[in-house]
Amino acid sequence: MKIRLLAGFVVLGLAAVGCGGATVDATSTASAPAAGSTASASGGGTVKIAINPWVGYEASANVVAYLLKNELGYTVELPEIKEQLAWEGFQTGDVDVIIENWGHPDLKKQYIEEKKVAQEAGSTGNKGVIGWYIPKWMADEHPDITDYKGLNKYAELFKTSESGDKGQLLFGDPSYVSNEEALIKNLELNYKVVVGGSEAALIKSAQQAQTQKKALLFYFWDPHWLFSKTPLVRVNLPAYTEGCDADPKKVACDYPEMDLDKIVSTKFAQTGGKAYELVKNFSWTNEDQNAVADDMTNNGLSGEDAAKKWVEANTAKWQSWIPK
Amino acid sequence: MSSTVVSTSSGLRLPRWAAPAGVAVLFVAAYVVFRGTGTLPHDKEAPQFLAVTELREWIDDHRNDNPLFLYFLNYIRLFVAWLYDLFQTGLSALGWPGITGVMGALAWLAGGRRIALLALGGVSAFGVLGLWESSVDTLALVAVAVLLSLAIGIPVGVWAGLSVRVRRAITPVLDVMQIMPTFAYLAPLALFFHIGAPAGAIATMIYSIPPAIRITALAVSEVSPTAVEASASLGATRWQTLFKVHLPLARSTIALAINQTIMMALSMVVIANLISAPGLGGDIIRGLSRAQVGIMLPAGVAVVVMAVLLDRMMTAVARRDPHAKRGRTDLLAAGALAAAGLALIPVLPKVWPETLTINVVAEVNDAVRWAEDNWFTVTTWIKDTTSLVLLNPLESLLTSAPWWLVALAVLVVAWRVSGLRPALVALACLLAIALLGVWEHTMQTMTTVAVAVLVALIIGLLLGVAAARSPRWSAVQRPLLDAAQTMPAFVYLLPALALFGTTRFTAIFASVIYAVPPVVRLVEDGLKAVPATVVEAAVSAGSTPGQLLWKVQLPMARRAILLAANQGIVMTLAMVVVGALVGAGALGYDVVTGFSQRTDFGMGFVAGIATVLLGVMLDRITQGADRRPSPRKRKFT
Repeated sequence: MKIRLLAGFVVLGLAAVGCGGATVDATSTASAPAAGSTASASGGGTVKIAINPWVGYEASANVVAYLLKNELGYTVELPEIKEQLAWEGFQTGDVDVIIENWGHPDLKKQYIEEKKVAQEAGSTGNKGVIGWYIPKWMADEHPDITDYKGLNKYAELFKTSESGDKGQLLFGDPSYVSNEEALIKNLELNYKVVVGGSEAALIKSAQQAQTQKKALLFYFWDPHWLFSKTPLVRVNLPAYTEGCDADPKKVACDYPEMDLDKIVSTKFAQTGGKAYELVKNFSWTNEDQNAVADDMTNNGLSGEDAAKKWVEANTAKWQSWIPK
Repeated sequence: MSSTVVSTSSGLRLPRWAAPAGVAVLFVAAYVVFRGTGTLPHDKEAPQFLAVTELREWIDDHRNDNPLFLYFLNYIRLFVAWLYDLFQTGLSALGWPGITGVMGALAWLAGGRRIALLALGGVSAFGVLGLWESSVDTLALVAVAVLLSLAIGIPVGVWAGLSVRVRRAITPVLDVMQIMPTFAYLAPLALFFHIGAPAGAIATMIYSIPPAIRITALAVSEVSPTAVEASASLGATRWQTLFKVHLPLARSTIALAINQTIMMALSMVVIANLISAPGLGGDIIRGLSRAQVGIMLPAGVAVVVMAVLLDRMMTAVARRDPHAKRGRTDLLAAGALAAAGLALIPVLPKVWPETLTINVVAEVNDAVRWAEDNWFTVTTWIKDTTSLVLLNPLESLLTSAPWWLVALAVLVVAWRVSGLRPALVALACLLAIALLGVWEHTMQTMTTVAVAVLVALIIGLLLGVAAARSPRWSAVQRPLLDAAQTMPAFVYLLPALALFGTTRFTAIFASVIYAVPPVVRLVEDGLKAVPATVVEAAVSAGSTPGQLLWKVQLPMARRAILLAANQGIVMTLAMVVVGALVGAGALGYDVVTGFSQRTDFGMGFVAGIATVLLGVMLDRITQGADRRPSPRKRKFT
């Protein structure tokens, strides 16, 4: 029965698409409405900006979404899709734009060069660095802790109920860019990665660690509003050199400073019209992003309201992004 | 019979305890001697994982030129995508006035005025919560998944109901499908059907199909043979008998099958968001990844409202007397509702007006923060004590014991509790897990499950005994249990997350509240099933209430309690794996990582398979002597 029914589907599909076989990509998938294909001066069309789970990303996405809606008249969808899955979304038509991409040379090779379903759309203007951090009080008390060579000496301090007899290195969302496991192994550190599960868990732990003088070693990144509120010190890992992170299993060096960039689906680049132009022109500073992210996290504003506030206060900055 | 039970339990006590104790001592000795040897530590780069990751890369590269994909799988995807689009655009075009009116009309037809009011209120709630669009997406996804489930499930169910051979062939398959934790479906689906709404709909469909098949088969097979006989002797053909006798007579049970299918689909659509299916799941995952209960709560409430609404509608359909004609007023009222809704489509905006929404995100977050700040000492103490006293020692015991010793223990326990054949199946599952290279994480997951089941059983026994002894307590408890069982599983993650943050304990807490209701119910029913004459005899022989409970009722309800343990384990495992979203590590987390990091896809995929094997193993260990009813046929337990 099942087989017969499936056969029925196939026949239906064959009838619908003709006999060339069906491919999965944005151009032939029924679920992908032609984004922005009807884009004209009066607007229209839908732009799908993937939302990755950290507030800085959301800040950028919300500002671009606000301008697309209110200046160009587009409908904007902000589906919650994690970093690497979002790249697959370029192929299925579920995603038009990744507004803040952290490196991912392997995905660029696969989706931009090989499959040709995505392309780069320039820098966001943000500089991004990932690293390991401790609350400032720890660095004041133990000056040698800020070097990775000193970490093993203090592993005892970082022990928790989740890390057993090793020190705990608190990590964020499982989808984040991560060399942590390899670093611990290759630098022979007596630590265990414990996953907090979210940016919020990292922030909360960091704030508690500084105010209550608790020990904490955690994964974090800049740009982030937290640095202006809670004093944190970065732990120095062996300095980054070009290509030292080429083999993910052998990484034994710090993260590089990355020029964060925008990625769009090829279809969106070709048919997105003014929406694509705006995305391509979008570029701001770490301070801009932190201001919006801070409003979203600490001042109780929704993404849209925070974006509105920034847009109203910074007309000069975004005017140049709007395509003529 | 009663006398033998009482006498054997006291007469044979010594030898009964001696043998297991001796075996236990042997195991402890073996553990002490061999501890730390023969362990299978986790290796992220295990060749098994890498092979699957490579397979995935290969499939990704050939998705558009391999004939299997080109002429088969991609068409399924396209068809489901088309169907989803149809529903999604249809529902969106109706807008909120249209959907409210039509749902109200359907509800009125199904169950009269009260259900119609419920429908109007429920549908408006989606808008009031500010989740109109997500709710419509979820509704469309559920509709597609349920439609496909029924399109496949009902015919298969009817077939299985008519033919004993077919039933026997599909029962084990359905068993495994129902033990399988929701997470396990996702990786293979992403592999074959990519991500997005169609993949989500297919995952949901696979999850919700077993009850459709099972209950339909049950309904059809229970149609009175005399009716079938009569129909056949009057010269009806097989098809006539099927359509004029079997199906009409099985109608109300089939309505329940549809109900169960809808409930299952609703609990899956949220998890399907992990492969980028749209809908309310997105809001829940967003809340999870921001650790903001304020974002999750409205979405959780919306899913529960949807579940309750559809449940009441379908139950009303199932209960209605098939021969009663609908009154003219009912038809008129329903028609008027639908017409009013449709007529208002052009007048009112399609999207729920923003001024009518209630935004509670900030308030809920504040409340949660308050609870965190003020109950901090208590919750942390509970969490840390459980981790230090129960979780960590048990975990280090299981991970530092040699694999063969654990396997031997599983074999011995399963043999004793359930017999040789289930024991061999359990052993095979465990060995397969070892070969897959996820031994250590499986042991960790097993630890979490064990602790959660222990707590759930203790609470369940207490509440079950209380309910069996006091009808008033039972009357208070029943509706609560009913409500708890209609709710989608992940809803329980919310209070857990609010209280305990993201740790292993959060998952334990959530699984305990998830598993307690069925355990309570089974214990209560088991105790109540003890014949009144037996109780009478014990009382007249001078038993105190305590003796009655310990010496008569509990031993006689042993089978029901074993069944409760079995169901508790299966449900807990499902929840512990989902608990990876709130900090439970091990297998569930491997699955989540598999979705988020391409290089770990293989590990996630393998962990999904291992979860299924672990589920089958735990199920077989606790299966007991007789065949258990399926854990998820809630209404029928």
